[in-house]
Amino acid sequence: MIENFDLSLVDWSRAQFALTAMYHWIFVPLTLGMAFIIAIMETIYVKTNNPEWKKITKFWMTLFGINFAIGVATGIILEFEFGTNWSNYSWFVGDIFGAPLAIEGIMAFFLESTFIAVMFFGWNKVSKRFHLLSTWLVAVGSNLSALWILVANGWMQNPVGMKFNPETARNEMDNFWEVLFSPTAINKFLHTISSAYVLGAVFVIGVSAWYLLKKKEVVFAKKSIVVAAVFGLLTSLFTVMTGDNSAREIVRDQPMKFAAIEGLYNGSRGAGLVALGFMSTTESDEANENMKDFSFKIEIPNMLSYMAYLDGNAFVPGVHDIVNGYTDNNGEVHPPVSVKMEMGRKAIAALKAFKQAKKTNDELGQEEAQKELEANFKYFGYGYFNDPYDTVPPISMSFYSFHIMVGLGMYFILLFVLCLVFIYKESVVNKKWFLRLAIWSIPLAYIASECGWIVAEMGRQPWVIQDLMPTMAAVSNIDSMSVKITFFLFLVVFTGLLIAEIKIMLKQIKIGPNHGGN
Amino acid sequence: MFENLSHLALQQYWWIIDSLLGSLLVFLMFVQGGQTLIYRIGKSELERTMVINALGRKWEFTFTTLVTFGGAMFASFPLFYSTSFGGAYWVWMAILFCFIIQAVAYEFRSKPNNVWGAKTFEAFLFINGLFGTILIGTAVGTFFNGAEFTVNDFNQSKWATPYGGLEAVLTIHNVALGLTVFFLARVLGSLYFMNSIEEDTIYARSKKQLMISGIPFLVFFLFFVIRLLLMDGFAVDPQTSIVSMEPYKYLHNLMDMPVVAVLFLLGVVGVLYGLAKSYLLEKYTKGIWFAGAGTVLVVFSLFILAGLNNTSFYPSIADLQSSLTIQNASSSHYTLSAMGYVSLMVPFVIAYIVWTWRAINSKKIDAQEISAEDHLY
Repeated sequence: MIENFDLSLVDWSRAQFALTAMYHWIFVPLTLGMAFIIAIMETIYVKTNNPEWKKITKFWMTLFGINFAIGVATGIILEFEFGTNWSNYSWFVGDIFGAPLAIEGIMAFFLESTFIAVMFFGWNKVSKRFHLLSTWLVAVGSNLSALWILVANGWMQNPVGMKFNPETARNEMDNFWEVLFSPTAINKFLHTISSAYVLGAVFVIGVSAWYLLKKKEVVFAKKSIVVAAVFGLLTSLFTVMTGDNSAREIVRDQPMKFAAIEGLYNGSRGAGLVALGFMSTTESDEANENMKDFSFKIEIPNMLSYMAYLDGNAFVPGVHDIVNGYTDNNGEVHPPVSVKMEMGRKAIAALKAFKQAKKTNDELGQEEAQKELEANFKYFGYGYFNDPYDTVPPISMSFYSFHIMVGLGMYFILLFVLCLVFIYKESVVNKKWFLRLAIWSIPLAYIASECGWIVAEMGRQPWVIQDLMPTMAAVSNIDSMSVKITFFLFLVVFTGLLIAEIKIMLKQIKIGPNHGGN
Repeated sequence: MFENLSHLALQQYWWIIDSLLGSLLVFLMFVQGGQTLIYRIGKSELERTMVINALGRKWEFTFTTLVTFGGAMFASFPLFYSTSFGGAYWVWMAILFCFIIQAVAYEFRSKPNNVWGAKTFEAFLFINGLFGTILIGTAVGTFFNGAEFTVNDFNQSKWATPYGGLEAVLTIHNVALGLTVFFLARVLGSLYFMNSIEEDTIYARSKKQLMISGIPFLVFFLFFVIRLLLMDGFAVDPQTSIVSMEPYKYLHNLMDMPVVAVLFLLGVVGVLYGLAKSYLLEKYTKGIWFAGAGTVLVVFSLFILAGLNNTSFYPSIADLQSSLTIQNASSSHYTLSAMGYVSLMVPFVIAYIVWTWRAINSKKIDAQEISAEDHLY
């Protein structure tokens, strides 16, 4: 077992993974969202045989292709970084985590990469219907790949369907279906892809609004807006629903994360929801810079309890309650973190004792150690901590990210509704303020999307696997200088490619749908 | 079905699946080989565009196979994934960088306002073709020559040198495999151009490249194979799991597994037949299929020699007993069985790839198509 952690290595490894994930997540939601919008547009083309719809489909396909390539480039790094930067993690849970990654490759990536060639180059080589099928298969393939990686991620947030094997010193899967159909995984998948659809819709509306503002390609732009606005409204409502389900999952399985994203330090019955709040720089507890007071907040009484448990008087635990121990609404007692830490230490010691007994062929010793390990394994990861408050995630970052994401999510619903109203009244072309708003909504959609990832990944710190493995215990045994160098190399390469992509996209939009992609 | 197999049988099954993916990957590296020939084969802008577009319609297969190979190794032999990737950090990072720049190069190269210019993206393709193949080949060489790592009782690994795996280039046998893969990829790339582009000058230049790349390929391949069959290998005692050096281990493996020996010889014949027939016959375009099938068989056989018949597939030269075998590095019985059902999809995946490949390649790329195509690389 690793006895001493190089915190500089942990921080740089986290920074590198966050950098890759955040860059990857710039491109993926547009791919996921636009894939379906393009498929719908092509379906209308095949149904109506109207060449205008073919032109519309091909234009958005060009932007899709530019974005897709860079998403693929950043995606491969994420997969390999599990090994290069998180090798202890890769062994500790590889028996469970590796399977979704392999299935993703076999089921989803091949579907995507095979039919994308038909989608781009098959217009004159295959039948109209086969081409349409290929476009739909690309959309399905890209969403399937999201399913498997989110199943893996969901498992990290709420590990189920496995058992720890002291012989191999790792967790081993014992129920594939439990992993696949874990409510956390399902909600995570549905919430993530539906939010990606919203981003895709906002992008199409924003770009189309630019054409309308310039009074160019008016028919093309209006048709695109109709498809995107309908798609966007439906998917944004679905995003709210899945987000709501996710919140109830989190409060049950990751209560500390819930407390952090809601900025709830002290729990209570009938807890209020902070709809808007600013955290001051003055710490309420000087010993803990992480827990800042609110200098201003607008709170909706009882709303948090209702959101979390569908009961306005339910008890919602805050950060201090979780650290010090509490009894939940079902009467289940959750021990203080200090007790969990003690149990975690016992579990780690029992694993070492088991290995020692194994070496000396001491069967009785192995049996006793295994019993001790099983009794305490639930809190295995807590054994790595020295201070209970080390188990609290960064609160202000989690709180702000969550509230920005939710606020923008509500704003997008309004945007789609307005869009449909103006289209219905045939006044969208004249609403310059709205068209400008639609253009500026594109970066907002990206901000909301990235905030979603920060909530998911920052909010669950310090855990890489909830309660079982802290992030610091997951890193590879390499020197931090190597990671620092690759961090900056990735930063330079990704930024260079992002600049190229934005410039190419802008140029393609300027060229418009009538002049092909080159 | 799979759950009734023994753990060892599942480990062998998954090694075979991974070997198949690895061998398909090497075949699909014709894309990488072709990328190093863009300026050799394409002398005018139009010719280069034809060459790049011929490759551009296939690059994702190679990329996806690489990703799937990585995912399958992670799922089936996670200790290899954690040990090699987490230790040979610089080797894998170098490979990753080679592939990041490839993914965008095709899509961005010919797009207006691409900031860095078409030449930059062509350079990216060249770097990917040159270093991607050599590095992957060299990394696979360590399956036979060993790597510098240790694994503790808790299966946590540590690299024994500060060079993050780059020390593998000091072993000539590893580099020979890297160069073999590189020149083979160029041969396959040339054969692919002959098969998929309708242009006499490109055909003629590709044919010339067959010899230019084919001869060094044969030299490095022969050196690698002869040395492999004569060297000591990393044998595992099936009773005690103790790893020891055995003279002529890989030759013994070949003799102990006659089916593999036959596949290996068939593969060699396939590669040579495809190469020679394409060089000697006028207008012959089917060489890629013989050489491609031969490549798959040879690489598959080499993987089998590395992992089966009580052999350590990832030996440690820092601590012999830390060496990885398909038994000590694998996933649990349950996971391998569950994944076994997923592997049944592989023939289905291959079938739809072949189907769409034929649909897209039913007509060769020519100058007319390039001038009419509105989605160009």
